[in-house]
Amino acid sequence: MLRRTRAGGSFIAVARGVAWRNLHNHFSHPMYFVPSLVFPLLFFTAFTGALGALTNVRGFDFEAGYEGFQYVFVLIQTAAFGGVFTGFAIARDFETGFARRLLLAAPNRKGIIAGYAIAALGRWVFTAVIVTGVAFAAGMTVPAGPGVLPLYALALLINGAGILFASGVAMRLRTVQAGPLMQTPVFLALFLAPVYVPLAVLEGWIHSIARYNPVTAFLEAGRGFLVGRPSGVGLAFGLAVALLLAFGVWALRGLRNAETSG
Amino acid sequence: MGDRHGIEVSQLVREFPKGPRAIDGIDLQVAPGEVYGFLGPNGAGKSTTVLVLTTLLPPTSGTARVAGHDVVREGHLVRAAIGAALQEAALDPLLTAREHMRLQTTLHGLSRADRKRRGDELLERVGLVEAADRRVGGYSGGMKRRLDLGLALVHRPSILFLDEPTTGLDPQSRTALWDEVSRLTREDGVTVFLTTQYLEEADALAHRVGIIDRGRIVAEGTPRALKDEIGRPSVEVVPANDGDRDAVAAVLGKFGESVPGLNQSVAVRMRGGESELAEVVRALDAAGLSVAQLRLHAPTLDDVFLEKTGRSLEGATTELGEGTS
Amino acid sequence: MREFTRQVSVLGRRSIVRTLRQPASIVPALLFPLILLAVNAGGLRSATDLEGFPSESFLDFALGFAFLQGAVFATVNCGTDLARDIQTGFLNRLALTPVRGVALILGQLAGVAALAVVQALVFLGAGLAAGASVRAGIAGALVLLILSFLVSVAFAGVGALLAVRTGSGEAIQGLFPLVFAGLFLSSMNMPRNLIEADWFRAIATINPVSYLIEGLRSLILEGWNALALLLSFGIVAALILVGIGGAILALRTRLARV
Repeated sequence: MLRRTRAGGSFIAVARGVAWRNLHNHFSHPMYFVPSLVFPLLFFTAFTGALGALTNVRGFDFEAGYEGFQYVFVLIQTAAFGGVFTGFAIARDFETGFARRLLLAAPNRKGIIAGYAIAALGRWVFTAVIVTGVAFAAGMTVPAGPGVLPLYALALLINGAGILFASGVAMRLRTVQAGPLMQTPVFLALFLAPVYVPLAVLEGWIHSIARYNPVTAFLEAGRGFLVGRPSGVGLAFGLAVALLLAFGVWALRGLRNAETSG
Repeated sequence: MGDRHGIEVSQLVREFPKGPRAIDGIDLQVAPGEVYGFLGPNGAGKSTTVLVLTTLLPPTSGTARVAGHDVVREGHLVRAAIGAALQEAALDPLLTAREHMRLQTTLHGLSRADRKRRGDELLERVGLVEAADRRVGGYSGGMKRRLDLGLALVHRPSILFLDEPTTGLDPQSRTALWDEVSRLTREDGVTVFLTTQYLEEADALAHRVGIIDRGRIVAEGTPRALKDEIGRPSVEVVPANDGDRDAVAAVLGKFGESVPGLNQSVAVRMRGGESELAEVVRALDAAGLSVAQLRLHAPTLDDVFLEKTGRSLEGATTELGEGTS
Repeated sequence: MREFTRQVSVLGRRSIVRTLRQPASIVPALLFPLILLAVNAGGLRSATDLEGFPSESFLDFALGFAFLQGAVFATVNCGTDLARDIQTGFLNRLALTPVRGVALILGQLAGVAALAVVQALVFLGAGLAAGASVRAGIAGALVLLILSFLVSVAFAGVGALLAVRTGSGEAIQGLFPLVFAGLFLSSMNMPRNLIEADWFRAIATINPVSYLIEGLRSLILEGWNALALLLSFGIVAALILVGIGGAILALRTRLARV
């Protein structure tokens, strides 16, 4: 019993230490902090500003306006890319040798991943709140219904999956040169989905891919929450949990890979 | 190499906008063919002096003539006469040593035939023939420094500036670089202005040493003359019983003033010189104090630094507002 | 003059070798604009149904932007390389030789310029292979390549200016979001007359990036549009003057050698 308590204690202590350091680093370095905030806001501004006319396309029917339509995409995009930024941080730590020091010092190494994950969640919540504020300020209207809260819950799961995916890559390759390997798949998954118009309006090859892309399920469920007509909720949450579990195994194996490689 | 001028510096000052004076009124002369060692801790003003003398940084006031030319008004003539290996070997990790040589020889305006010949000759001289076609990114610290030195010699300069050339090198690489510098002065008559924070480097290479602290030269002369100026050796005693330290200090105090010693030891600079050593032993014996170790130290450049600044050179870092030192 | 040419050529050679040996700066510069082109050509196809949209193919409409996005990599690559030279002291080494500042900057641009040629050919080739056509014909395609090349060189000049002014690779990377904002707040995804939000249309109208895209796009969609071409070539010339000219002047201050 005593051993269990100690193990649990060290897990929490390690996770807390790693999380604090990452959050501190993130918010005290404009180089990390600014892009993570600027890019989602830029996407939101550029898409809603330039592409509003798309609501005139036949088959485009969304009650929360184009702001609401894009807000869901940008929120899910920040969640997924939050994970990628965490992968960058881990890779950077391996390059500077800090990660090895962590591996040596931490009594519970799973706490390291947990620490990075807690920091990433913290960063994402900060970004998400600002993006939400900007979306409302830009004129987004949310008809009666569950609103943004279930959307946040879904995005949190996606954020977790993103973190575990990017951590797995970072811990296997242990170099910032691996950045494109974390970024590109996430970027492709996000953009090969109904980003600008609903799935029904998409045509050609991109429609064929988007039909089977899990991100489509996330976007459709999220947009459903926003207008108060949730649909495909079970599928979206089920897929998010499945990704979380699969990438969890991927990340833990990555950690073992890093441990055995010294 | 027939240049008869060395370096003449008068009342040189360099200020940075948000900090104290990095160089605070320096005067110095380096004769042609001489190796001048500029010794001081990090942040003392050594590198700033080198940047000014190599025309890379204008002085705030004062004058400096290098190879007979004013560093402000005749910068291009100064640059034609000097070679420099500045702090942290400045190399492109993606290029090979041979490519570095090609770049440097071309920029110095050597003819096509000369470029190849001079490049090969210098690669041979600094012992990089085998590694010449490998990218510099994979070189060891010593190899990088040797290439850096080779590149500085491309246009046969009469004056060579070496800014901390052996910092971070292993002893073997350090000795190899010292040999090369000695050969340059001995065989080619090159004047060398060398900055260092290593006492043994200044001792081994320099004909004359200038000690700089907080932007000012606090002592100058040949290493021997500087040490002779301090003149007196110090004696260091480690008591057998740690509790006897005060008693030992009291006995030693009769023979000279106290100076910092190692962990467990008590040390004094001997007023009467090394001839009093026997007296010291007898006095300790008479006081009934047993001794674990007793050492006599000849004066070092560190003693000179200590004498002039009140601090030891080892670990001393002057805090200045500017990154260059 | 011969000496100057020799200096530019040896520094240019170094810059090209350096670029070739950094696949991490070549691959994304070629790949990312193509990925975005493919994604937008598919995802925004329905925009061509809007009344007044200038093309029936969003691929044709979006192709011009790929060239511009490629040029952003020129800014970052050139800026980062030059900043690294400053940080490592390599620039000081060069400054101790009789090299002229103009030769230093022009030589530094060579690697980016070489990559720009490859980028322009790849983007055009990929676009044509995917079914795009250049309304202005073969001569128009040639002008497109030249304009795209000049845009990259101009953007690289801006990167060089920033590098010389800041002397920090991190600062260059930090400016990346700003450069991206310049691209996104333009007519990249929608013709200006179809942008509904007044504030966005106003920004896109004063953003010079819109005119660069519209110049490139005019050759693909319209044929020969003198005004669009004049505007884009004019902006490129101004950028070259500000970027490269500014970098040469700033270098004088940074080197501070007399």
